[in-house]
Amino acid sequence: MEIKWYIGLAVALFCTGVVGVLVRRNSIIIFMCIELMLNAVNLLLVAFSKMHASSPAAIADPSIVSNAQIFVFFIMVVAAAEVSVGLAIIVMLYRNTRSVDVNFLNRLKH
Amino acid sequence: MGITQILFWGLSVLAIFAAIMVVASKSPVHSILSLIVVFFAISGHYILLNAQFLAIVNIIVYAGAIMVLFLFVVMLMNLNAGSEPQKHRLLQFAGLISGGCLFLVIISAISETPQAASNVMIGTGNSGLIKNLGMVLFKDYVIPFEISSILFLSAMIGAVMIGKKN
Repeated sequence: MEIKWYIGLAVALFCTGVVGVLVRRNSIIIFMCIELMLNAVNLLLVAFSKMHASSPAAIADPSIVSNAQIFVFFIMVVAAAEVSVGLAIIVMLYRNTRSVDVNFLNRLKH
Repeated sequence: MGITQILFWGLSVLAIFAAIMVVASKSPVHSILSLIVVFFAISGHYILLNAQFLAIVNIIVYAGAIMVLFLFVVMLMNLNAGSEPQKHRLLQFAGLISGGCLFLVIISAISETPQAASNVMIGTGNSGLIKNLGMVLFKDYVIPFEISSILFLSAMIGAVMIGKKN
């Protein structure tokens, strides 16, 4: 399988997430679209690591290929921490405004 | 067309269709269920790429923990399609157009590069197995691994501080 199909898939998923952030007003959906973008990037990182698995440098030192996957693992760690804090913020927003509409947040600029 | 290619295209179509359903569906619960389908499709891609550890972690952490958290929050708030805030039609159209433009620009830029035809090794290599990843993680990346535990602790304290009343 050529790398361009993986790039196409990851870019399609990423752009779907971008469209979701731009189009929706529900803050939970916006948050989920951010998760979608993170996952598209993770998939592309793993695909690139497997693309370089046949390069001479990777054959000399196989742990090079594992580095990208460790990187993806740390992205997942950071995403899990981010979700817990972000959902707490959304719950607090809902408790104060009785709504999850992001347009309520524009009062922050006053 | 081999079995891996059929699996690749099937999982890709499933992932993109479910991703569109995340954005398009009116009810937040349906969006969350579609996002779980996306995560399972991406885990299938990881298995195709022989990255079993990431596939399992993706299912456990994302589909198992994070999406359940989302589902809890949505059910706690009792959101449904009727109370869904809607953007203006023109703004929705503008968002769709700009996302499509981003897609076209990136695809046309990537397709010109000579590396675009490089092959990805599907189903071979043992760099994604738990044994090798564990060796790298606990030899070269011990310090970031320990720092991430502090990150989790601070995230937990932050969530409790933000979430408690007043």
